[in-house]
Amino acid sequence: MALGTGTDSGTGTTTTSAAAAPSTRVSRRGLLAALGSGAVGAGLVGAGVLAAEVSGRSPSSSGSAGSGDPSTDGGSSAVVPFHGEHQAGIATDVQANLHFAAFDVTATSRDDLVALLQDWTAAAVALTAGKEVGEGGASSGKPLAPPSDTGEAVDLHANRLTLTVGAGPSLFDSRFGLSAARPAALVDLPAFPADALVPERSDGDLCVQACADDPQVAVHAIRTLTRIAAGRAAVRWAQLGYGRAATVDPNAPTPRNLFGFKDGTANPAASDTATLDDQVWVQRGDESGAAAWVVGGSYLVARRIRMHIETWDRTSLQEQEQVIGRTKGAGAPLGHAGEHDSFDPKTLPASSHVRLAHPTLNGGAQMLRRGYNFTDGTDGLGHLDAGLFFLAYQRDVRKAFIPIQTALARQDALSEYLEHTASGVWAVFPGVPEGGYLGQQLLST
Amino acid sequence: MPSRARALVVLPLASLAALALSSCGALVDAPSSSSSVAASDGASGGADASVAINATDTACEVAKTDLPGGVTTFSITNGGSQVTEVYVYDGDRIVTEKENIGPGTSYDLTVDLTEGKYEVACKPGMVGDGIRQAIAVTGGSTELTAAEQTAVDAYRAYVQQQADATVPLVQQLRDAIAAGDRAKAQSLYAPSRVGWESVEPVAESFGDLDPRMDIREADLEPGQQFTGWHRLEKALWQNEDLAAVVPVADQLLLDVKELAQRVPNAAITPNSIGNGAKELLDEVATGKITGEEEAFSHTDLVDFKGNVDGAQKAFEVLTPIVQTADPKLVTELTTQFAAVQAALAPYADATGPAASGGYVSYDTVTEEQRRELARVVDALSEPLSQLGAAAAGQA
Repeated sequence: MALGTGTDSGTGTTTTSAAAAPSTRVSRRGLLAALGSGAVGAGLVGAGVLAAEVSGRSPSSSGSAGSGDPSTDGGSSAVVPFHGEHQAGIATDVQANLHFAAFDVTATSRDDLVALLQDWTAAAVALTAGKEVGEGGASSGKPLAPPSDTGEAVDLHANRLTLTVGAGPSLFDSRFGLSAARPAALVDLPAFPADALVPERSDGDLCVQACADDPQVAVHAIRTLTRIAAGRAAVRWAQLGYGRAATVDPNAPTPRNLFGFKDGTANPAASDTATLDDQVWVQRGDESGAAAWVVGGSYLVARRIRMHIETWDRTSLQEQEQVIGRTKGAGAPLGHAGEHDSFDPKTLPASSHVRLAHPTLNGGAQMLRRGYNFTDGTDGLGHLDAGLFFLAYQRDVRKAFIPIQTALARQDALSEYLEHTASGVWAVFPGVPEGGYLGQQLLST
Repeated sequence: MPSRARALVVLPLASLAALALSSCGALVDAPSSSSSVAASDGASGGADASVAINATDTACEVAKTDLPGGVTTFSITNGGSQVTEVYVYDGDRIVTEKENIGPGTSYDLTVDLTEGKYEVACKPGMVGDGIRQAIAVTGGSTELTAAEQTAVDAYRAYVQQQADATVPLVQQLRDAIAAGDRAKAQSLYAPSRVGWESVEPVAESFGDLDPRMDIREADLEPGQQFTGWHRLEKALWQNEDLAAVVPVADQLLLDVKELAQRVPNAAITPNSIGNGAKELLDEVATGKITGEEEAFSHTDLVDFKGNVDGAQKAFEVLTPIVQTADPKLVTELTTQFAAVQAALAPYADATGPAASGGYVSYDTVTEEQRRELARVVDALSEPLSQLGAAAAGQA
């Protein structure tokens, strides 16, 4: 077809899709009303049209995703429920791909901020279910208007997409009357030795972590939320990640980071609810007064950790293992045979990464790590601009990330190969109940 | 600046409207059986007219071949035995198309056509040049409502005024160049472009003028002559011999006069006015914010202001039409236009060098400041992309 005519989305050959789109179509107004957002303001216009839920991506049609029977576990149309006590995307089996984005809120009124989060919720409900957003979706809308859905995820199904949203310290300034609601645990991270942070790609009023088993599904989600946010929030910085560098499934093989070592061996299991309550989810009593909204939420620390890949690769196997504290092959603690063998961290080299990060040396603090590898081309010198995009969820950063990173930055032999180039901390909203919206616990008070 | 993509898409374009969408709740783009009720999807409104096309293996029957300008929905039925496709051509240019229409199925193809001669082609078996049927689109004014006509007249008057006002400014620029007065010519350069920048989508609709008048050096094709404003810009700021570009200035003067003469015949519809506003902001986003438009003079902010003013004028003339159907869109656009104007205001610099055209030189605008400008432009552009459809009755 001719460039720019924009007429045929290529779906003309789809022949069996109609039946796959059950009566899930919800009008924009109906959906937003159902969300308790009757008073949607002028800020919704145009962009807000995107936020309604519409038709399915016809998971049983076309077969283009090649997933066999997608209704079986692990298929590309597998859906992670959006609603629940906690947000999905934390104690969720780690998906293969990440698109993370931090936003500056440009809206100046609390009503517009609320409307944004309501619109994001409506879109997130549709996206995580593998549906197109907005009236008419990608190809059935008003022919003279831009399509509501950008279309690149049509036929790609849900792919276990999760969208996880949090509020950064800057959201609690004077703009929206939220300063009293800032949790005590949402501290500004201190400067750590050897930080090389780039301010333009650090922090942010809001963060969205999009994880999916297909990279395009994750990118589509962030693109869609960005479009919906126009006039109310703008992307401050973003990061793509691949090759999950952690797992929360103790039965799954532990993934490897770009140093070639298994990463996340000691991660809490998603099934270990006692540890999650103790280490990840904010508990009743942790915060009081206006800040108690965060109960059921968590705290996310994101760090873009550039790895000096080339110098690492020139390091002997023995030294690599001494630096990490585990064997490269099996991932066993040095002196042991199996990855999951119990060990005394004091038997590992004093400056080894695993020893310094071990809970017994950090007051028992653990984090749920959910990082991804990244490769952003080269640095202009012919070296890979690559590393680990570290994502860690925890109940209190003052007891977990800050002391652990303080120890690592001072003593970790691995630091020689690392450079932290971006950083942020966010209070992750509690889960969204059916009919609720992201951040409602914070903003409805 | 001319864009190749836009050269292909002079007309505002439409895509298919899925059939029977509202009646049965089918939400995907799937052919419906001709035995089902082929209701239009209800997205259309206003002056939208429906014209049946019966595409068979041997014929391409268009129910009406003399059409008024504006939005037309072709209701295509494949009455043949082969899979077919239907195109609307303007000469060799594809205006719109629908492929893969199975035997016995129907599609609605909606398009906004301006005055001119077109051909509908049915291609049974989806091969070859197809069976052609000529259609003629006339005026459009007869089909406009009084409010729509008022908007079109007001916008045409604005475009005429801008084009007329550009002629003496280019005359002065040409005279300064011919006199070898570089400083004076530099001071006249940016102001001579403001009218053009404010009505550029209409000027571009003439096709041939834009590449002659506003091409950038980086966009030249092999063998294409570098002419127009940016050729003069380069000569003025790169210390070239001005005598050598006097013929370029002479031609530019002829071109702006031609532009002014052609405005009365420009195809203008409410939809094209709305889409033109969006295109002006596209120009800002891709050419001005990046500082690519005025690579030598750095007078990008003067163009920026012209683009925004032209888009705002388009919005203002359309407001009475859109107000009823989509008052929230009007409120949002009013807010966001004001935000862009406010963001631009601090860069106005009446005391600066005359060559800057009333705004600071864009090479003094920092990356952070450019990002702030980009944000307010994005905040306006997203709702502005809805204006064309709203003006065509698809609010």
